[in-house]
Amino acid sequence: MIPQEGGFAQMKFRDPARGKALAAELERLAREIGREPITLMHVCGSHEQAIARFGLRATFPPSVDLIMGPGCPVCVTDLPEVDEAVALAKSGVRVATYGDMLKVPGRVFSLADAQSEGAKVDVVYSVSQAVDLARSTDEEVVFFSTGFETTAVATAAVILSPDRPRNFSVLSAHKYILPAMEIVAEIPGTRIEGFLGAGHAAAITGWGIFEPFAAKYGRPVVVAGFEPLDILAGLVKLLEMVRDGRGGVANMYPRCVTKEGNLRAQEQLWRVFETSGGEWRGIAFVPDGNLRIREEFADVDARRRFDIDVTSLWTTAPSELAKDCICGGILSGLASPHDCPMFGKECLPDRPIGACMVSSEGACRIWHQYGGRPDLRTLTPQPPLPSPPSLPHRERGSEQTTEVRV
Amino acid sequence: MCLGVPGKVIEIDGILATVDFWGVRRQIRLDIVDEPVAPGDYVLNHVGYAIRRIPPEDIGETLELYESLLADSTDEDLMAADVRGELAAGEVRK
Repeated sequence: MIPQEGGFAQMKFRDPARGKALAAELERLAREIGREPITLMHVCGSHEQAIARFGLRATFPPSVDLIMGPGCPVCVTDLPEVDEAVALAKSGVRVATYGDMLKVPGRVFSLADAQSEGAKVDVVYSVSQAVDLARSTDEEVVFFSTGFETTAVATAAVILSPDRPRNFSVLSAHKYILPAMEIVAEIPGTRIEGFLGAGHAAAITGWGIFEPFAAKYGRPVVVAGFEPLDILAGLVKLLEMVRDGRGGVANMYPRCVTKEGNLRAQEQLWRVFETSGGEWRGIAFVPDGNLRIREEFADVDARRRFDIDVTSLWTTAPSELAKDCICGGILSGLASPHDCPMFGKECLPDRPIGACMVSSEGACRIWHQYGGRPDLRTLTPQPPLPSPPSLPHRERGSEQTTEVRV
Repeated sequence: MCLGVPGKVIEIDGILATVDFWGVRRQIRLDIVDEPVAPGDYVLNHVGYAIRRIPPEDIGETLELYESLLADSTDEDLMAADVRGELAAGEVRK
C-alpha cells in the first residue's frame, strides 16, 4: 500500500492556490444546495485512480459523495465472456490479451488458471502486438479484447487494416459506456444527481452524445480531464448545474474533447462494430452495451470462427467466496469496497476474488492500493513544485467551458 | 487504461510516427488521429495509437500530470503503471 500523505501535499498542483479556490467553491456550492448526500457518479477507472492517488476526496465537502460507476471495462466483463476466452485457450488456441484480463475470474477459471495448466496465453499492451504475435506463428491467435470506445477504435483499426494475418481473430469484450449510464441512472435506490463523463472516451465520441442522455434523465453531465485541477473544476461545474436543476452537458476538458469527437475514429469504430445487448458483471442486461463485430468481418470474429464450448468448464463448482463478492453492487454505485467484508482480507490484489480487485481500474484494487478514502484534511499543505520549463500554458478554468442547455 | 500518454512526434513514415516519450522512442500508429500530424506536434496515445493531436497551447498542462506520475511513482502506483503500459504499447523502433 502506498503511504498516505496530505491531500493538498499529494496533489502537487502547479497552482495549489487554484486547488484551494476550487475546493472552497465546492464547499460554497454544497452549502447552497443544502441537502445531503449529494451523490455524483464518475464512470472511468482513470478518474478513480486520480481521485484516490491525489487524495481528492479529502478536499470534497462532507455532503458530496462521488462514487465510481461501471467505469472499469475489465470489471464489467461478464463471467461467460471470460469463460469463452478460457475455453479457447484450453482448446489449444493461443490467446493474447491485456494484462488486467489475465486474473479476472470466469465462472470457475481465469485465463491465468488456464495458463498455469499449460494453455498458451500471452499478455500484450496493444492489439498491434497481438497481430505481430500472429505473424510470428502458424498457430491461431485470438485477441481477447477489452475496453471502452477509446480502446475499441484501436481494435477496429487493426480489423480494417488490409495486411492483418489470416490466423488472427478477435474475441470482443469491448463495451459501450453510454447505455450502462442509462441503466445505472434507472436503478431504484440510486440517487445520482449528476455524472462526470470520462474525458478520453469523450475524445472519441464527442461530448454531444451525452445530450440526449442528460435531457432524458434530467441530470447534468460534465466531461472532465484527469489532472487533479481538471477533476475539481469538473465537479464545481457539476455542482453548479445540480444547484440550478439543469440537465445539460458541459465540457470542462476542451483541450481534448470537442462536441463531435474524433469523426475518423468513429467511422472506423462503427464500420467494424455494432452494439448488442449483453450482461455486464453484477449490473444487469445492458441493451446496446456490448460492441459486437459486424457480420461483414465474420472471418476475424473468434465467436464465428471457432465453436466455443464453455459448458465444459462448468463441471467444477465456483468458489464459495465468489458468491459473497459484491463487485456488482460496487459497479452499479450501490456499494463501496468498504461495504465488503472480504475487502483487504480474503480478497487481495495477489489473490483476488472479484474482478474489482483484479483490474488497475477496479474500485477495490484502487482503494486497496491507495489506501481507500482517507481524511487528509488535517495535514499541512506542502510548498508548490517549481514550474516546468517554458512550455506554452494557458489558464485552466471556466472560460473554456462549453455549455449546452437541453 | 483510458489515461493515454502524450508524446512528441519526431518523424513520420506513412501511417507510423516515431514518438518521443521523455527520451524513450516508440512507433505509434496514425490510423485514428483526425488531424494532420507533423514532426514537432504532440499527440495523445492509447494502446499504440495516436487518438488526438494536442493543441500547442495545451501541451504544458497535458504533460504536467504525466511528469508528476513518472517522477514520484513507486512500482505499486497503479496510475504510473498504466502510463508505463501505454509506453510499452508503442512498437520499439526498428
